[in-house]
Amino acid sequence: MTVPRQDAGHRPIHERIADFSEVEQTLNDSSRQLQASRCMDCGVPFCHWACPLGNKQPEWQDAVYKGKWELAYKLLSATNDFPEFTGRICPALCEKSCALNLCIDAPVTVRENECSIIEHAFREGYVQPNTYARNGKKVAIIGAGPAGLSASVRLNCLGYDVTLFDKMPSAGGLVRYGIPNFKLDKYVIDRRMAIMEQEGIKFQFNTMVDLNDLPKGFDAYIISNGTPTARDLKIPGRELKGVYFALQMLTQQNLRLAGKEFTPEETVSAKGKKVLVIGGGDTGSDCIGTCHRQGAVSVTQIEIMPKPPVGYNPATPWPQWPNILKTTTSHEEGCERRWCLTSNKFLDDGKGNLKGVEVETVEWVPNPEGGRPIMKPTGQKEIIDCDMVLLAMGFLKPEHPQYAENVFLAGDAKNGASLVVRALASGREVAAQVDAYLKNK
Amino acid sequence: MIKTRGLYDPQNEHDACGIGMMVDLKGNKTHELVDSSLTILENMKHRGAEAADNKSGDGAGIMLQIPHEFILLQGIPVPERLKYGTGLVFLPKDKKLRDSYLDIIREEVARMGLELTHVREVPVNSDILGDAAKATEPFTAQIFVTGSSEQEGLETLLYKIRKHVEQRIDDGDFYIVSLSSRIMVYKGMLSSTQLREYYPDLSSPFFTSAIAMVHSRFSTNTFPTWSLAQPFRMLAHNGEINTIRGNRGWMEARESVLTSKTLGEVSDIHPIVQPNMSDSASFDNVLEFFVRSGMSLPHAMAMMIPESFNEKNPISNKLKAFYEYHSILMEPWDGPAAMLFTDGRYAGGMLDRNGLRPARYLITDDGKLIMASETGTIHVDATKVIEKGKLQPGKILLVDTDNGQIIRNDEIKNMLASECPYSEWLSEGRVELAKLKSGRKAEDAVQDYTRRLRAFDYTREDIDRVIVPMCQTAQEPLSSMGNDTQLAVLSDRPQLLFNYFRQQFAQVTNPPIDPIREELVMSLTEYIGAVGMNILTPSEGHCKMVRLPQPVLTNTELDTLRNIRYKGFNTEILPILYEKAKGAKGMADAIQDLCRQAEKSVEAGINYIILSDRGIDDTHAAIPSLLAVSAIHHYLVSVQKRVQTALIVESGEIREVMHVALLMGYGASAVNPYMAFAVIDDLVKKGEIQLDLETARHNYIKAIDKGLKKILSKMGISTIRSYRGAKIFEAIGLSQELLSKYFGTASSTIGGVTLEGLAKDAERMHGQGFGADTPDSVLPFVGQYSFRKDGIRHAWTPEAISTLQLATRLGSYKKFQEFCSIVDDKKEPLFLRDFFKFKTNPIPVDEVEPASNIVKRFIGAAMSFGAISKEAHEAIAIALNTLESRSNTGEGGEDSERFYNNVDGVSLSSKIKQVASGRFGVTAEYLVNAKEIQIKVAQGAKPGEGGQLPGFKVNEVIARTRNSIAGISLISPPPHHDIYSIEDLAQLIFDLKNVNPEAKISVKLVAESGVGTIAAGVAKAKADLVVISGSEGGTGASPASSIRYAGVSPEIGLSETQQTLVLNDLRKEIEVQVDGQLKTPRDVISMALLGAGEFGFGTAQLIVLGCLLMRKCHTNACPVGVATQDPALRAKFRGHSQYLINYYTFLAEGVRELLAQLGFRRFEDIIGRTDLIEIDSTKFTEKTSHLDFSRMLTKIDGALFKTQDQHHLIDDVLDRKIIADSKSVIEKGGKVDLSYDIINTNRSTGAMLSGEVAKHYGHEGLADDSINVTFKGSAGQSFGAFLMKGVSFKLVGEANDYVGKGLSGGRISILPFEGTKYEAQDNIIAGNTILYGATSGEIFINGRVGERFAVRNSGATAVVEGTGDHCCEYMTGGRVVVLGTTGRNFAAGMSGGLAYVWDKNHDFDYYCNMDMIELDLIEDKAGRDELRSLIEKHYAATGSKLAKQMLDDWEHYVGEFIQVTPIEYRRILQEERMKALQQKIDSVQRDY
Repeated sequence: MTVPRQDAGHRPIHERIADFSEVEQTLNDSSRQLQASRCMDCGVPFCHWACPLGNKQPEWQDAVYKGKWELAYKLLSATNDFPEFTGRICPALCEKSCALNLCIDAPVTVRENECSIIEHAFREGYVQPNTYARNGKKVAIIGAGPAGLSASVRLNCLGYDVTLFDKMPSAGGLVRYGIPNFKLDKYVIDRRMAIMEQEGIKFQFNTMVDLNDLPKGFDAYIISNGTPTARDLKIPGRELKGVYFALQMLTQQNLRLAGKEFTPEETVSAKGKKVLVIGGGDTGSDCIGTCHRQGAVSVTQIEIMPKPPVGYNPATPWPQWPNILKTTTSHEEGCERRWCLTSNKFLDDGKGNLKGVEVETVEWVPNPEGGRPIMKPTGQKEIIDCDMVLLAMGFLKPEHPQYAENVFLAGDAKNGASLVVRALASGREVAAQVDAYLKNK
Repeated sequence: MIKTRGLYDPQNEHDACGIGMMVDLKGNKTHELVDSSLTILENMKHRGAEAADNKSGDGAGIMLQIPHEFILLQGIPVPERLKYGTGLVFLPKDKKLRDSYLDIIREEVARMGLELTHVREVPVNSDILGDAAKATEPFTAQIFVTGSSEQEGLETLLYKIRKHVEQRIDDGDFYIVSLSSRIMVYKGMLSSTQLREYYPDLSSPFFTSAIAMVHSRFSTNTFPTWSLAQPFRMLAHNGEINTIRGNRGWMEARESVLTSKTLGEVSDIHPIVQPNMSDSASFDNVLEFFVRSGMSLPHAMAMMIPESFNEKNPISNKLKAFYEYHSILMEPWDGPAAMLFTDGRYAGGMLDRNGLRPARYLITDDGKLIMASETGTIHVDATKVIEKGKLQPGKILLVDTDNGQIIRNDEIKNMLASECPYSEWLSEGRVELAKLKSGRKAEDAVQDYTRRLRAFDYTREDIDRVIVPMCQTAQEPLSSMGNDTQLAVLSDRPQLLFNYFRQQFAQVTNPPIDPIREELVMSLTEYIGAVGMNILTPSEGHCKMVRLPQPVLTNTELDTLRNIRYKGFNTEILPILYEKAKGAKGMADAIQDLCRQAEKSVEAGINYIILSDRGIDDTHAAIPSLLAVSAIHHYLVSVQKRVQTALIVESGEIREVMHVALLMGYGASAVNPYMAFAVIDDLVKKGEIQLDLETARHNYIKAIDKGLKKILSKMGISTIRSYRGAKIFEAIGLSQELLSKYFGTASSTIGGVTLEGLAKDAERMHGQGFGADTPDSVLPFVGQYSFRKDGIRHAWTPEAISTLQLATRLGSYKKFQEFCSIVDDKKEPLFLRDFFKFKTNPIPVDEVEPASNIVKRFIGAAMSFGAISKEAHEAIAIALNTLESRSNTGEGGEDSERFYNNVDGVSLSSKIKQVASGRFGVTAEYLVNAKEIQIKVAQGAKPGEGGQLPGFKVNEVIARTRNSIAGISLISPPPHHDIYSIEDLAQLIFDLKNVNPEAKISVKLVAESGVGTIAAGVAKAKADLVVISGSEGGTGASPASSIRYAGVSPEIGLSETQQTLVLNDLRKEIEVQVDGQLKTPRDVISMALLGAGEFGFGTAQLIVLGCLLMRKCHTNACPVGVATQDPALRAKFRGHSQYLINYYTFLAEGVRELLAQLGFRRFEDIIGRTDLIEIDSTKFTEKTSHLDFSRMLTKIDGALFKTQDQHHLIDDVLDRKIIADSKSVIEKGGKVDLSYDIINTNRSTGAMLSGEVAKHYGHEGLADDSINVTFKGSAGQSFGAFLMKGVSFKLVGEANDYVGKGLSGGRISILPFEGTKYEAQDNIIAGNTILYGATSGEIFINGRVGERFAVRNSGATAVVEGTGDHCCEYMTGGRVVVLGTTGRNFAAGMSGGLAYVWDKNHDFDYYCNMDMIELDLIEDKAGRDELRSLIEKHYAATGSKLAKQMLDDWEHYVGEFIQVTPIEYRRILQEERMKALQQKIDSVQRDY
């Protein structure tokens, strides 16, 4: 507790806002080791408990502290096959439940430590493809997002022949096509894919699999196609030009950076626009950062729920995930944020283009039956000027038919939209289920 | 004979007592001597005990010379004196049976060519007996055997006859009390006052003797049988043989080499040790055997209870050689012992090496020697006394009544040492390992390193948390909080066999030793080789041994031993492996083969056998080394070939101290942990330990040695030789079958794993390393010491912790129920109680007694302020005081402000005041502010161990509450230095009860097998409450291995306690409290059904206050401000007393609901109702299905809960009179002078008076010399205990042990009887352990005292004229002046205060333990002035001649004084001086 927490920090706003490169900076090794030394190696490590993957933070942080990077990598990769993803974009449940978060509001920089371990490992060449004895059984995975990738790696280790199908041109799912490059540069995924391919995992891209007619020739199937349906806002004016789903823009931007070109009609860009982001979550925040980089005039973000408390929320005490106001790097880059606003209708400029949104302030009253509070409109309406709306209101939990017994679900496809780390955990879990199922066949 | 019932096992009985002896030096036989010795016995009544019927004694007896005249007067035709044998025989009441036994005796007598001439029915007075004694009363006959003319031969024949009869009659109702031509014994299940009445013979004026030896017994339970009363055939023993299991085993093993000239073949008298008797009886058997084999009595005694003879002991080299020679032949019988012995001609006494029992003697000018546990047991005219003394540790005092001579220790020992050229024999025969040079060097690295690591189940924790710290610090690693993991038998991971075992430890009935401060009595020296045949004949040949300084061998040393071809040594390696494919059968066969091979090796003359698992490979798995060693050890014992060889274990399994201890405990002489060495080698090569290999390995071995000493000392054992094979462990979760076949243990507490299970685990472990795949070099981390999702199960999970904190913070009962379900409904059982199911019979909840009643049964477990923060400590006190329950100060005392301060009308004072071995802050004021005074005998996490609060943690406030100085280390000794034995505990209870008659006295024990019998002893010592602490209990800091391996589950300990107490009908008088990982209402009900009436909560309580179970308490870095003294961290404390109130209230509510389900309205109705427990067999796995709960759940009929109070016998103590006589002074002040006569049965004089004063005036007390009392006579124990300021006691006469215990400001002076003839400074005037835990006050003693003077003194001033061993031990403050010689080990562990010692022989430094002190001449004036004024005071108080002499020639004498200054104290003095100088400098500068 004598060493203060030191975040690696971010590139200066004026610099980073001009490009799509990663915002986060890195510490040098000795500072990183010092940060890792802050871990108290708790008798009951809440970080480890909070982590869906069950990462053993105290163990690898101790290794980092002692400069045993390779050991740290081994320990980390034992529970997490993609630390380079989570090390960048995980909201770090571990840090929220770190004992130091409770005691001095300055948890160990677990996520950054994680990231530095894997980057160190790549740099030093610890990450090498392995070969595993084949067991002759084949598994198809539909959806090469984090859950699918995670399942594929695990099954491949166990000797299964794994083929990943994805409708997109490359692997990663939302990690590749949802998350902006300034949070996670895509070479990170490519680097991992290369290893996976060398380990014998097959990818079949640009392939839309009909879930009712799964490809033949596999002993088992995993469906990990995520949550294809974003939650829509069915209010008057939805059809107006300028109203998009967040992912429409985010995916396009990612594809564009990957070299794909779009016609002007296809293009969804905030350049020169006044943007309104509806939805106060992480996707909304990603939209904000992307809009800035595209050259938006202004960005406003509204959220239907009330503003969460700043700093500490007694309703979600440690070691739970704190429901508190979260300010991302994108918010720092400039954005007006408002809460308790519901959208009533999109306004037409007369030419089929959006010119604003009518919003209404709402109140939330406690639900007498418990559970989620009840929303009450106040009648206090106003119009927000904008010529682009991005809907970032989450995704609908997919529904699935009854599949055959050799078909398994994983990730968001199974649980609904959630964190990358949960998808990864789900992938590992399903791999174990598949293995248990096939071992006895 | 009471049989094993439930968990109660008569094997566990302990006893202790008072002993006495009176000898006429000239051999004049008188009845007066018989009569006086009975008086001595009667005056030691308080050292014996009585049963629950308050009438049956535990046993009393007397040994006398055969009263020839008396026998003649009975009209019995006997030949002349010494030409016939006689003795009492206990026979069954049934006449037919009795006659048949007498016929057997007659036959056996005839077989030896003698004649049974007469059988006399001994008159007895049965009316006086208590019920228990009456129920087992035998028919007592006296038999007379004649027919031999040769006296010595007659004794031998009589011995043989007795042994033959014993061989033929196996009946608990039959017992030959004695059979001799010289002595006879009268004894029985009597109290000491009943003996005289029961046997009218003893009152006959014609009954004469020149020697009389008496004994009064205090047994830990009430099934003492008539035969177990003492004296036995040669001795009376006060104390306990800790190593008895090993000694008995080795004696049996040794029988084959004990052929003697006089006795012939040993098989003829087999077994030497009579089965099913007490430790003392076994000792007596062996002693008698040696004496009958031709060894002299003192020789046999010196061999069996040798002095400590390492370099710190001032005895001659010749004598050291004597001891070393005999140590090869026999391991010491170790434990506290005051032994009185006689063979009818010689009579004497002796103490153990540590002098742990008192024995005082005096010699009169008319030729009488009186020796007893206490002085003053009989009135002797002071003018007739020519010498007063006490027996010294390891020393003998002997009288030869034929020659009328007293033979002193030095004379005897010199005689013994000169009998044979022992030194020469040793230097010829005995080889020292270090001196063997083979020129070979063995590698530490091994092939297939990773495979082997995994096959021996190494984890990363083993390496990082055990081996690395051991290499770096040469210490075992520390940890904190309790052990909340699964028992080995419940775990689904493969287990090392070691994990099933738990260390046993000494509590109450014998003291643990301090292996650091009292290292002089410890020894790890081992001898390996074959003991030759006929060891009774002294011979050089017996020394052909290799001496090992300690038992861990390096690879090179093992290699040397393996290849030794020197002086005819030879070795054999037996692989402890089996073919994995053959499974359990293969393992069993392999073990059998090993046993046979070992036997063959012995026959072939192999000196030592190396058991090795180095050969493990793809197909061969290792047999657990412990199993192999134990199996071979027991097999060789059974074929009488054990002592002819030694076992060395070379195993990859060994890594921790516990492993080494277990192997030694089951028979190994040395071990080689080659995998641990390989790990160290690897770590060094990788640079992870930055030491060279040599040093790292050396440190590791040193850490094991230290740890071993600690484990030995926990059991009160000082040498590894007596520990080896002593099996001082208990197995939890191994099946009966396995234990009896391979471990020589007859019973298993809860059954468990069979050989099949062990083989399965061995196979799994082997597969980890030698499976198909190349194993990963990164070893698993299994979560032994910290929680891991995929690791070993812990009871405190993150969910449980956070839910409980949330529930209590929000005050949400619903959340609390969520917490309970997390804890109670876990999938896998963690504790034994998790298998319980309750029989239900629901009634409405509102019929059950209210929560406010139930909550009073919940007690805050002891946690000292010092270990936890002020905030946390006070929050606990407030919460429990609000609930009208009780919190506990812990051992660190309590700031006296808290006695009187309130918060919102709630007292801040903890209602339970703990008294632990450190006696920190235990003053009269502290004690009178208690509702309960708890004597902490042991702590769950580290039973039998002391503790140390390092100086840097002792801040001003802690120093104040502990009556010490900030910055000075505070050491808690492992034992209470006033509890070495059960009667000592009774005395301490009596002391405390006197100080505060209103307070309940409780005794805290730790669960182990045998705790039930100890609890029974505690009940008989008149405690009001006994706490059974589960081994899982928490701690602020303790060696990690103690947390894991000492003590057993609370379920087992509690259940045994309840069963034993009920069986004894003692439960009705004593409440039983339990603690150890209790959390939920279900836990409370489970424990109540097993017998508990109160429940302690420790860890749960801290968690409610914010503890996150970081296990960082020992680092002072607790980030939530609970277990730290750092003000910055304390500021982070977020707990509140209300949270605890919520917790306890919820708990009580939950208990009510469960009571309703069970169908009971009152809590007490379920106490002890084990019949309401069912075992939930759905929770069994393949491994646990062999568990057997039937012993644990046996319900004994009788009173199941407490209904009545103890009789404390404090109604007519002398203090009542003193208080009445000084009433006006106590109430109004003023001054009073009083005087009284005093005798040794006036115990704890001054304690009650001090309690009264403290109640009125607090610690301030009265004005100096307000109450002045002069006593004349021999004061009983604890004279002036806790004496308050303003009270001055002057004792003219003498005193026993514990004078001025806990002195709280009073003044005591002791001077000899008027008219004494001897020089005061040469004689013992007061006993052992004086000023223990004194905090302030003064004491002046005109004479010498016994062992441990001023132990743990923290502020009193003392002047004395000579002391025994260990003077000023653990002292932290005050002044001690010794005007005379001291014993060994002066100032051990002394961290504060000063001592001045008159070094008249200029050898004082030899007697000092220099670890923590420096010696100087007194050079500064302040020191000289202080010393002079103290001696002046001494002179004024006692009129000491010596003091006068010194004052008259001051300049001469002052130059002969040595000043003893603790180094820490010196540093602080210097700092203070610097500070003062600085201040002065500052002020000087201002003046300019």
